[in-house]
Amino acid sequence: MKAYFSVFKLRLIYGLQYRAAALAGVATQFFWGIMHIMIYEAFYANAASAPPMSLKQVIIYIWLQQSFLVFVALWIRDNEIINLITSGNIAYELCRPCSIYGFWFAKLIAQRLSGAMLRCLPLLIAAFLIPEPYKMALPGSLAAFLLFTVSLFLGLMVLVSISMLIYISMFITILPVGSMVVFSSIGELFSGMIIPIPFMPSWLQKIAYFLPFRLAVDMPFRIYTGHIPVSQALQGVLIQLIWLGVLILTGYASMKKVQKRVIVQGG
Amino acid sequence: MPQIEVSGIYKTFKVARRSSGLRQAVKSLFYREYDTVEALKDVSFTVDTGEIVGYIGPNGAGKSTTIKIISGILVPDRGKCTILGRVPWKERISHVRNIGVVFGQRTQLWWDVPVIDSYELLRDIYKIPRREYMNNLDLLVDTLDLKGIINTPVRQLSLGQRMRCELGASLLHSPGILFLDEPTIGLDAESKIAVRQFIKTINREKNVTVILTTHDMSDIEALANRILLIGNGRIVYDGNLNDLKGRFSTHKTIIINFREYNSPIDDKTLGIPGVSIVSCSQEKLTLRVDGNGILLTDIISRLSNIVDIVDISVESQPIDELIVKLYREYVI
Repeated sequence: MKAYFSVFKLRLIYGLQYRAAALAGVATQFFWGIMHIMIYEAFYANAASAPPMSLKQVIIYIWLQQSFLVFVALWIRDNEIINLITSGNIAYELCRPCSIYGFWFAKLIAQRLSGAMLRCLPLLIAAFLIPEPYKMALPGSLAAFLLFTVSLFLGLMVLVSISMLIYISMFITILPVGSMVVFSSIGELFSGMIIPIPFMPSWLQKIAYFLPFRLAVDMPFRIYTGHIPVSQALQGVLIQLIWLGVLILTGYASMKKVQKRVIVQGG
Repeated sequence: MPQIEVSGIYKTFKVARRSSGLRQAVKSLFYREYDTVEALKDVSFTVDTGEIVGYIGPNGAGKSTTIKIISGILVPDRGKCTILGRVPWKERISHVRNIGVVFGQRTQLWWDVPVIDSYELLRDIYKIPRREYMNNLDLLVDTLDLKGIINTPVRQLSLGQRMRCELGASLLHSPGILFLDEPTIGLDAESKIAVRQFIKTINREKNVTVILTTHDMSDIEALANRILLIGNGRIVYDGNLNDLKGRFSTHKTIIINFREYNSPIDDKTLGIPGVSIVSCSQEKLTLRVDGNGILLTDIISRLSNIVDIVDISVESQPIDELIVKLYREYVI
């Protein structure tokens, strides 16, 4: 266990080095957030029927989404792992006395955590300081906030266990592009990254609620806004735990399987 | 009982094949042809504790494949292999705990952080007790001369410095067996000598068994008493380096410098059978000595009657030439 924690720590230190990238990210996401809010504002002003979420809830949702982008975006890839596979440096990883699944899982969590640590605080502070209606707001209750934190982290783990499947598929396809594009475009839509799930037509909502992607984005953020009440949120956390178990077991088993067919070429 | 036992290992790879051109590229979208490459065919050898074995062969002969199999990365098609009583690919985790591996063309160090951070991660991965870690680290820093570079980010190290750090990294957990896959590739003369020195030290002091692959025959000469030669996936020679020299070395070259001497020296003036003159000038004579039966003293005493000798150098046939001969003999 200590090994996984150490690799987590080292990857965290690694990620915290890239300050310039983080700064650029904060600036981009800040303007991206403002732009999104403006679009919703216009939409709300001319809405024919009552929208499923209040404007304030949507604004909070957008700021959380921008602040924790590195946490929740499926398209973020760890180039280091990709390089390991394509360059064959994985040979070293394979002669270590620990499971590669756990090793990579720790690395991926740390990568996203370090990215978010650098970005979320400045962005959230800025979002709290700007004038209404763009201003970010506090959560509805303490319980909502606690549940938000728990489900955000569980969501992160669900997301990482999904992306582990992408990396595992690379053992077979070598290039990550294919599975990356398929997974991330489906994931993007059904996680609620493009629009919050309540805005979707009901048939699409059914699919979104069935898939695990929403557990990382839509669910934690709507818990914060209070759109998902505390009682339902508890249920959601349970669903997260179940999905997490299923995804990790699947990943672990398939990793074992592909490891047998590893061919490290050259040199 | 030998420490490493490999018997009858076979490994084949499937390689997708297609001819050039768009037509073929489109065709291969639907149907792929594969070539089977037999990387290893019936490879067997044993290695005892404390041996240094040089594993040589031309590019693509199967050296790295063998190393990858015995370090538990690849699974062979068939054959048996036990290392310290374990089958590498079946008990991967307990197997790798006892071996150290260096792949000269790859890196195990984290690129953007100081070397010591990578070392500490390895300490936790291998669960090395604090005391043992400190002792090993001290020894490695001393023998590999890492003091000045251990706190430098890896990206700022030269290749030679990095290779020393890689060697250190693979020995932190005090493995009994060390596999080195081209550890001196791309290194300058000084780093090469440092790496060789270190391998010798670690072998002598900690009785570490070493298997190293290389294309640099001077590595082998400096380190290994025993060589394994692989060609086309088969072990074709397993034995002592000196025996090999005796068998294939056919001639020596002697270069003699002397004070200016004006009448030419020919084979007749020399008059020793088996010794022929390659070139001769007023101050320098190059001789070729065939066979091993000829005494150098005969040549020198004969010559010293004629000229005033200033300097003599004797060159054996370069070992690279021997290896080429060996490759030719086994048609590999």
